[in-house]
Amino acid sequence: MAEFLSFRTGDAAQEPAVTVEAFTGQSNATAVRIEPGEDARDLLPHLDRLSLVEVNFPAFGDGRGYSAARILREAGYEGELRAVGDVLVDQLPAMRRCGFDVFKPNHPLDDAVVKTSLERYDNVYQKTIDGRTPVWAKRHPEKIDG
Amino acid sequence: MYRYDQYDQEIVDARVEEFRDQARRRLAGEMTEDQFKPLRLMNGLYLQLHAYMLRVAVPYGTMSGKQMRMLGHIARKYDKGYGHFTTRQNIQYNWIKLEDAADILADLATVEMHAIQTSGNCIRNISSDQYAGAAADEVADPRPWAELLRQWSTFHPEFTYLPRKFKIAVIASEEDRAAMRLHDIGIELVKRDGKVGAKFFVGGGMGRTPMIAPEIRDFVPEEELISYAEACLRVYNRYGRRDNKYKARIKILVHELGADEYRRQVEEEFAHMKTLGIDPPVAELDRIRAYFADPAYETGLPEAVDRSDPDFALWLDQNVVAHKQPGYAIVNISLKPTGGIPGDASAEQIELIADLTERYSMDEVRVTHAQNIVLPYVKKADLYTLWQQLDEAGLGASNLDLITDMIACPGLDYCSLANARSIPVAQKIAQRFADPQRQRDLGELKLKISGCINACGHHHAGHIGILGVDRKGVENYQLLLGGSGAEDASIGTITGPGFGEDGIVDAIEKVTDLYVSERQEGERFLDTYRRLGMKPFKEAIYG
Repeated sequence: MAEFLSFRTGDAAQEPAVTVEAFTGQSNATAVRIEPGEDARDLLPHLDRLSLVEVNFPAFGDGRGYSAARILREAGYEGELRAVGDVLVDQLPAMRRCGFDVFKPNHPLDDAVVKTSLERYDNVYQKTIDGRTPVWAKRHPEKIDG
Repeated sequence: MYRYDQYDQEIVDARVEEFRDQARRRLAGEMTEDQFKPLRLMNGLYLQLHAYMLRVAVPYGTMSGKQMRMLGHIARKYDKGYGHFTTRQNIQYNWIKLEDAADILADLATVEMHAIQTSGNCIRNISSDQYAGAAADEVADPRPWAELLRQWSTFHPEFTYLPRKFKIAVIASEEDRAAMRLHDIGIELVKRDGKVGAKFFVGGGMGRTPMIAPEIRDFVPEEELISYAEACLRVYNRYGRRDNKYKARIKILVHELGADEYRRQVEEEFAHMKTLGIDPPVAELDRIRAYFADPAYETGLPEAVDRSDPDFALWLDQNVVAHKQPGYAIVNISLKPTGGIPGDASAEQIELIADLTERYSMDEVRVTHAQNIVLPYVKKADLYTLWQQLDEAGLGASNLDLITDMIACPGLDYCSLANARSIPVAQKIAQRFADPQRQRDLGELKLKISGCINACGHHHAGHIGILGVDRKGVENYQLLLGGSGAEDASIGTITGPGFGEDGIVDAIEKVTDLYVSERQEGERFLDTYRRLGMKPFKEAIYG
């Protein structure tokens, strides 16, 4: 059973994450934690000094963290993006697609189920920042650059 | 119509296996019901009063005969021999076992069907005009756009846990046959400078707080459709209320922000979205459009129809609609026989409709949001023989858009959310107004019944609406007048204190009697109500 899942190479960030308010108010923190009601765009001016963003999911049904993750990746953030809290195994594929690369769920996940969940879909309909080729691009390779 | 390619098929097949695994983990106790609930809901599986209910998606209401036949097979094999067509152009089965659900999905996948996102707080089945492709008044066929949106919304990773469910409709005529402005997003295709684009209305809906969607953008070009939709959804996902389930729909956000501020936020997000390359190339919409090309019409067909059978002539006048192609007609099959359950069809009826679809309608059939069926491509020369076969199977009711052509939710007979029964009330009204001559004299009269405030039966949009509530343990029915889901969209007004099951039928008769005595030449019930206002109707009911 996995309590900590990483899809990054190298060691996970160790510094404890501070709140968004504390982070934007102090110059030296490199890790921050976003709560559902907070605006990920507040972090965009500081991406160069960030090595870890934790996005908290107090309840699995609150999907605001998916938008937060994509916004950070769309702005070019390449550091660790960690989903923490009430994260369920069936949510991993969508979270990966939104740019999360580390997971620290409240309840450990079954490794075998994680593996099959993530490998289940060979095709996706949308282009996101995860680099997967959407179905429409496979259908029209001549129209797509790069 | 659209056909899956290998990618679409692989996605649906993978979904079957995913759900099979989820159901297995639930049955094995590896997941709690709380954890399983959002997963099964994302696949249209509800736990109802007596059993599981499975809702199968019929994207924009269009099917082939083979697909329709599969719906009959499922009714026969896994249900008690019935299916129930819904106001989202879907079908649901009320007697499903969890153990069978994955097998049903596997059967559906063999005919390019699924139950993906037919419930849950995600983007639901995209609905459309049931006459799409056959109507003379459309700017373009709306279904390619709906299919593009279907694919985009399928497993959209960012929008799977929205504040609340999200419904999109696409139409392409000024006449609105899909209640477009009562959707979270309503899209009307319009032409500008010779190009077709999408006019966006956002924030409509029914439920506890009915709203008519305001226009948010007058024209979105086809090459930016996905960016714009994604911007609309992202603003909602981030800022829609999550503190109160009843205030979580996008209509509340748009209302609280105001349409101008919502529009401003969407424009800002859209400017960003456009830079990400998330829009499919126009070639993709063109690829989809090719599937919706006109069928191979025959030319030189006769226009005249023999009206010598009087019952047939009645059906012809009421249920058959003009087609854009000479020699053809659009046929509406009413699922509202007197005494029946609105939207219900037996396995045998579904299979018969499948046969008739193949034989008489170029292998295409539609489900309507009013819970009826449409055969969109019927030769006028075939109308009589088609009608005979429908009539023999109990599908010949000549009541399209008349008072007995009601929308009704399943109500307390099936639904765990309901406060009151809908079906028995619908049946009593149908019996009271059973005289066909009287129905025709009353003319177009859209009556819609919901068994609770969630408004699945569209009562806010009924010319006459009925809302069932629970008053101290007794079913009570409120009467609303003046709603419309069409291009003249409006929300109905409650007349006053509610009624018991028989009292509501009497009250309806009083308002229709008043209409008959007060109407002016050519006025529908709704027109007379709008001209006179509530007062005389109230006096007639309570005076």
